[in-house]
This record gives sequence, C-alpha cells and structure tokens, in this order.
Amino acid sequence: MAKAYTPGLKVSMRTTYRARRLLPVRGEVLVKVGQIVSARDTVARTFIDGDIVPLPLAALLSVPAADVAELLLVKLGDAITVGQVIARSKGIFGFGKKEVASSAAGTVESVSTSTGQLIVRGAPIAVETKAYVAGRVIEIMEHEGAVIEVDAALIQGIFGVGGETMGTICVAVDAATVVLDAAHIKPTMKGAVVIGGARVTAAAVKAAQTAGVAALIAGGIDDSDLHAILGYDLGVAITGTEKIGITIVITEGFGDIAMAARTFALLQSFAGREASVNGATQIRAGVMRPEIVIARIASDAVPPQGARPEEGALEIGTQVRLIRDPYFGRLGIVAALPNEPAVLESGSKARVLEVTFDDGQRAVVPRANIELIES
Amino acid sequence: MSHAVDASPSSIDLTKIRFVLATDCGSTTTKAILIEKVGDSWRQTQRAEAPTTVEDPFADVTIGVSNAITEIGELAGRRFIADDGTIIRRRDHNDVDGCDLYISTSSAGGGLQMVVAGVVAQMTAASAKRAALGAGAIVMDTIAANDKRRPHERIQRIRELRPDMVLISGGTDGGNVQQVVQIAEQIAPAKPRPRFGGEYELPLIFAGNRDAAPQVRAIFGARGEKGFDLSVVDNLRPTLEYENLGPARDKIHDVFLEHVMAHAPGYDRLMAWSDAPIMPTPGAVGDILQRIAARDGLNAVCVDIGGATTDVFSVFDGTFNRTVSANLGMSYSISNVCAEAGMDNVLRWVHIDMDEHELRNRVKNKMIRPTTIPQSAEALIFEQAVAREALRLAYVQHKEFATTLKGVQQQRTVGDLFAQQSSGQSIVDDMRLDLLVASGGVLSHAPKMEQTAAMLVDSFEPQGFTQLAKDSIFMMPHLGVLASVHASAAMEVFERDCLVRLGWCVAAKGEGKWGKPCFRYRVSSASTRGEIASGTLACGDVALVRVGHDDEVEVVVEPERAFDLGAGAGKPVTRRVKGGTVGILFDARGRPLLLPDDAAARRAAVTRWKKVWETA
Repeated sequence: MAKAYTPGLKVSMRTTYRARRLLPVRGEVLVKVGQIVSARDTVARTFIDGDIVPLPLAALLSVPAADVAELLLVKLGDAITVGQVIARSKGIFGFGKKEVASSAAGTVESVSTSTGQLIVRGAPIAVETKAYVAGRVIEIMEHEGAVIEVDAALIQGIFGVGGETMGTICVAVDAATVVLDAAHIKPTMKGAVVIGGARVTAAAVKAAQTAGVAALIAGGIDDSDLHAILGYDLGVAITGTEKIGITIVITEGFGDIAMAARTFALLQSFAGREASVNGATQIRAGVMRPEIVIARIASDAVPPQGARPEEGALEIGTQVRLIRDPYFGRLGIVAALPNEPAVLESGSKARVLEVTFDDGQRAVVPRANIELIES
Repeated sequence: MSHAVDASPSSIDLTKIRFVLATDCGSTTTKAILIEKVGDSWRQTQRAEAPTTVEDPFADVTIGVSNAITEIGELAGRRFIADDGTIIRRRDHNDVDGCDLYISTSSAGGGLQMVVAGVVAQMTAASAKRAALGAGAIVMDTIAANDKRRPHERIQRIRELRPDMVLISGGTDGGNVQQVVQIAEQIAPAKPRPRFGGEYELPLIFAGNRDAAPQVRAIFGARGEKGFDLSVVDNLRPTLEYENLGPARDKIHDVFLEHVMAHAPGYDRLMAWSDAPIMPTPGAVGDILQRIAARDGLNAVCVDIGGATTDVFSVFDGTFNRTVSANLGMSYSISNVCAEAGMDNVLRWVHIDMDEHELRNRVKNKMIRPTTIPQSAEALIFEQAVAREALRLAYVQHKEFATTLKGVQQQRTVGDLFAQQSSGQSIVDDMRLDLLVASGGVLSHAPKMEQTAAMLVDSFEPQGFTQLAKDSIFMMPHLGVLASVHASAAMEVFERDCLVRLGWCVAAKGEGKWGKPCFRYRVSSASTRGEIASGTLACGDVALVRVGHDDEVEVVVEPERAFDLGAGAGKPVTRRVKGGTVGILFDARGRPLLLPDDAAARRAAVTRWKKVWETA
C-alpha cells in the first residue's frame, strides 16, 4: 500500500513530559531529586546586581566635575535612600548653597572625577525559576536548576504568543465551533487558562487582559486581530517574549477555524484542573511549538491500548486535516494515494491524495497540503 | 544483487557510473533527481520531492531524503532504498536496483539564526547586525548595553532564543575594554543552547576591541572547556569612523558551513551516505553559475528563492558575489516579505479581486505550515505577487552589498550612517547584465514559463538586452555538487535538461509619460532577412515576439531620445540572438518600472501585460 510521511502536532492524552528548568545565571537550587513540586514552586533562585542609576551631581550642584568628590555627604559603599541629601555645594561666602537629594535608593558605587557622575546601584534583584509543571524532580544541575518529570496530557498548538504561565482550565464555550468573543470572558476567569472553540477575537483578548486571564487557547485568530494585539505585523514566527499580559495559544491556524474536536474534548475533560501553558513558538528547523501541559492524576482516563499507527505514516484511512485553501481547516479520511503526479487548478503538477470529508464530499488535494491528526 | 556500500570520490570509477542520485535538502523540501546515462548522453530522467525532516517528530534529515528517493524509485520503476532505509548501491552492471553514485547538497536548518551583541545599540551593535545580515543570518535579537533591558532580561532572552551562533562586537581598538567585557560576561552565564543540541559547542565570534580579546577568551574558555567555541577576528568597528565587516562576515560563513549545518539532525548519516562532500546549497549554485559565466564570458545573475531565504549570485567582469536575504522567502519568511514590502506593493501585481483580510490569514498560515503549496489559481497569482516583491527586495540588498573597491567596500563613515547609503558603487549593472537565471521553487515550478519570465522581468527590471533562463526543476544545486565529482556529466545535463532558455528581455532605460513613444523594434530572420515582427511601443507597453529556441534572429531597436537600450540615449542597437521557450519581450514600461498610482489604472496595466504574456 502506498505510504507517505507528514509531520503533525501532538495532542496526547498521556505522555511523559520533562521540563528542564534552569537559572539564567548560577545560583541556588532549592529542590531535591525525588521531591514533588507544584507548577508555581520555585526550584532555583539567584540574585543579580541591582539596576544602576547615574546622578549628574556636577550639573545638579553647578560645580566642576573634579569638585564633586569633596562635596559628597556619603561614601562609596554607603546605603542611601530616596530623598536623602547626598551632596551639598559650598556656595559663596556660605550663601546660595545647593543640595542634591538622591532620586534612587541603593548603595553608592562610584563617583567619576571626569564626568561628575555618581552611580547608585539598586538592591540586588532576585531571579527565580519556577517548576512550570507539577511533577517530580528527577535531576539536579548543581547551581543551575532541575529537571521535572510529570505524567501529563500534552497539547501542542500551531502558534502562540506570550511566555510561560499557569492556571485553572476554564472552558468558556459550549463547542469547538464557537467563536470566543468578549462576552465569554467573565471576571471569575482571573488567573485561568480559558479554552475557546474556534477563532478568538481581539475583543476577547482585550477583555481577557482586563480580567487578568492567564492564557487563552483557541482554534484560530485573525491576522488583523493579532496585529492589533501585538501592535506590529509579525514577520517571522519567533515568539514567546511578548509583554502583553497574557499567553495565547492557537491550535489550528489563522482565520475562522474550529478547534479540532479531539483537542477540544481533551481540554474539556480537564476543566477545573491546573494547566501549564507556554506560547513560545519558533517555526524553523528545530521547531518549537506552543504547548499546554496538564499533570494527570490516577483517576484520569487511560488512553485506549492497541496497535498504534506508525508515527507520521500516511495511509488510506488515515485521518487528516487540510491545511491550505480552498479546504483549509477541513477534516477528512484519506481515500486514495495515487502515485502519479496530478495537475492542480493552479496549473502546477504535484503528488496528490484523495480525501473524503465528513459530509461525504471528496476532493483531490496536494499531499503537501494535509496534516496528520496524531493520536 | 545489490547492497549498501560506502564510497569516496577517489574510489569512484567514472566509466562505470550509470545511475546518479542527487538530493538537495532545502529548509522546506528535499528535492531528489535521477541522472542516467542514456546511450552516450547524460540525462536527468526523474525528479521527486518530500518534506524535509529536520523537525520533530523525525528530527533526521535522511528520512526526507529516503522519502524523496523512494518516490524517484516508484517513478523510475527501480528500487533505490533498501528495507533498512539506506540507499542501495549497484555492485555490477546487471543489478536491477540501486544507484552508482549518491551526492547531496543541504541548506536544511532553515537559515542561519544569530544573536548579535555590541556595546552601543546604534554603533557597534548596529555594525554587528549589518555583518550578520550581510552573511545571510536572521538576527534574532541585538543585545546592547543600552538596549533598555536589565542584564538578567538579556540573559534570559539569549537563553530562550537558541541561536546557531553569537557575534559579539564592541569598543574601538585601543578604547574602552570594560563595557565589551561586561557584555561577554552576560552572554557566558546565559549558556545559550544551540538549536541542534547534543554535544554541540555554541560558536561565538568576537569582533570587538582587540585589547579586550584576552579577557573575552578567558570568559568563554577554550574549546571543550565551557561549552563555547570562540573565534576572534578583526574588530568590525576599529575606529568610530570605519566599519570593517569583511572578517566577521567571512568567519560567520565559515562557521555556518563547517559547524552549524553539520549539526542538523541526521546530517552525520547523510554525510556517510554521500559519495562526495555535501555542499551547502548556495555554494553549489554559485559554483555552477561561475562555470557558465567563465565558459561563455558573461555577466550573470542567478536568484534562488527558497522558503526561508533568497540567495542572489552575480558574476560581473569575473567578480563573484553572493548575498543571502535571510528573511525573504516564500514559506517561513512569507509574512516578513509582506510586512517588509507592504501588502499594497504585493497586491499591485494582482489583477483580480482578492480579500486582503483573507490574504493576510493565508500568509500567516503559510508561515506556520511552510510546506503547503498553492492549489487554486487565485493562490498561485497571490504567491507569484509575493515572489515579485521578495525578489525585488533581495536584488536591492544584493546591489547594496556587491560594490566596487574590494576590501574597502564595506567601509562606512559615521556620515554614511545618517545618509543611509553604502559606500562604493554597485558592480551590478543592469544594463551590462547578459544572463538572468531563475531558480528556486516559485520560479522553477511555475506552471508556465511565461510566469517565470514575467516574475523575473518585473522584479529585476533588466535593462537593454538580457537573456532570461530558468533552472527547469531546481537542479543547479545538484549539478553544482555533481560537477565536483563528474564535471562533464554535470555540464551535459546542465545544457540539455537543467537550463531552460526562456528568451530575452529588451527593455528601455528611462522614464516617459505613458502613451508617448518609447522605441521601435524590428525582428527579422538572421538567415533569410525576412521580417518576423515589428512595431512601435509607447511608454507603459510591452510586446512579446515568439522566437523558438533554435531560431536565430536579428533584432533592431531604435529608442526615443530619452531612452537607452544599451548604446546610449536615443541610439539604435542591432543584435543577433537565439530565441527561447517564451520568446523576446520588448519592454517599454521604463526603468525604474513605476506602476500607476491609481488603482484602476494599475490593475488595467497589469491585466494588459498579463494578456501579452499569455496570448502572444
């Protein structure tokens, strides 16, 4: 039987998920191997130098830069507070003295005799790495972080924006085909991972931002809405650091497209449970897709056992999703895999397959324009 | 009987070769061709393609290679892939399955992704960015001491990005050491994880203040010590007034080819399969173009438009230049083409109604699912419109980089930064361009040759007499690497099956009011002197005269005073040329090619030109 291979996204009821959690700089690891952690637990912490605030004392005191040092009321290394007078000029015959109150808190780091600038170093900044997923610590990287392992349901999206977040799953719509609009967002969804059905609108995102929703998961999004949300046109799909106060994961693609029924059902079955979500996407080789990770518990349903289809194999009877117009988003079953290339409406010649849609309609489509629905 | 064997170029007996398999592993698609000895001639007989498999769940480039070769086997009625997934080799001439030679090029990896760093965002960091862009990289982020981020935010960002390589600049030679060292100190603890993971040591290039080099070396350690592979090259900003990008750009190229690509998933297996060293795709295309230009004494330009990047190669007066426009491509980068060119510029080439809202969604869907292909006629029209803009922008970038005064060409003064101009004159002279070769999916796979020719002319705007050709099925990379093993076979296939001579573009340089006379043309048979076609073109018009491959004709063009067809303004030109698949296009739309501002007039013009291409 003819066979072809095409990649798909993971929508898995059960998988072993490992999260490698590292500090950006060396620090202290706060967990031990074997320890059970929650997603919000801090696994490692460090402190980095505080911010630097330069104060132009020479200009503020109206004196030459070389004179600043002798006018200081504080020493290098002294702790200072906002409003504390740190320098005073001599004035003329004791009159017209000028004082400078610090606009920053911290320690006095340096004073330049060439620029007359005093540098205040702010308090050290704590940098923490959270566990991200609830699970068990299986490995420690000394001074760096830990690996957390969890028996989880994993859903990969096709595209996302915003970084890691977590919250309780809250399904906002009745069906995978329902557009997620502002009216679906309620104040009670604060901190939640809100599941939509089909497209998510810009109004829904705005309402969710206002309500403090942690993440929105939806089937599709309009490019014009994404533009409005981000404030710019996304050129290359490298995302994850957007500071928009919310993480968005799109499971199917751009436009009016329903979430795959299986994905919706899976998310629905975990309503009320904690989920970890990351919108970071890098679509290049070494691809990184956004994800939703839900730690499983003993009472969760077990995926049916049996012969699993070969990963990535495309055969007659395989369920596929069409990923290009004119059939974008439709689901169907592979009905034939002809060997010979066929001429498309565009005039191009390409290898094709025949697909039967749910309504019985059949279509011939390029093999490149379908995606496997992985079980 | 056949089996899998290892081979090397030195052990290859060229006289015994009959079946050659060649693949090109692109960022999106792996293209395989079969070259056979048919009688005494070498011919390319089959081609097939499959999605490139460097991504999960496969993460092994050889799976895509096997898939593409399996297809070749199905089409050729010959087995090339053994049950264990390896390539079958013929042991003797009676073997019914297998090949004698397998070679490959690769650009799998989706382009080069870099993080660049400098001390001041507008100065050394900007220079580092220019060096990286010039080397063909995608600049994922620019780190600078004044980038308004806290140190730990920078560090976190570097870690998240997973670059292929980091370029660090900063400080002028003999100047402040501390600041550039601070930048290095922030990058080192970030330990950026490279995309391809494993035992890979992240390549770092330091091109900053030479006095800081010892401290930078100490920070990143020697190879195998701290997970970095540091190279130190000349400062790309030795003084504030000068920018010296050459050494950094060269080093980026070296590191990418030798280091990054070799860590693409499955690349080690691919290298073991191949009978010759795997060449980077652009390198192979450049090799074959230089061979043609040298053999025929031509000035030539070749463009290869891919999914992530667009490569432009030029040979002018024997000088070879290549640029890679990293974010101009038809799949991964399609959204960036639309963003950079502007949707209005893309849609100016479209002659039918299209819903812009819907198009924007389609562009993004292509970006996130890069391997899809246009099925409907409308989708093809739009994709070819995007291609025109990608090609136009890539050619502009190429001209800016391919400049005179080698060695001094990259130098800019501080004043140039404000003027936004490259120093030096571009050596790419559209009027002296003899041959323009189209390559890459959207050009090579266009259903009609006229579509390829139209895309080339609209985006490159050649002047005077320029021969147009296309790589029939994107075979130049394969033949470039074949030439390294079997040069005569490569050149034979190149002439017979690869290069499709489309014809000529005869275009007037100059501007004039549309409707006013531009030039007269006359085409007559070179042998009988009988007239084949003649006419007068008004500004804004084009005419296509069909002249076959083997037909030699004499073309006489007489421009109006404001226009130049190669001999100077208003001076007539007579040339003998052979035709091609498409014929000879006489183009009086002017150079630069300016489309009407009015939407209705523009659409009417585009429709008129399209009709000329289709009905002549």
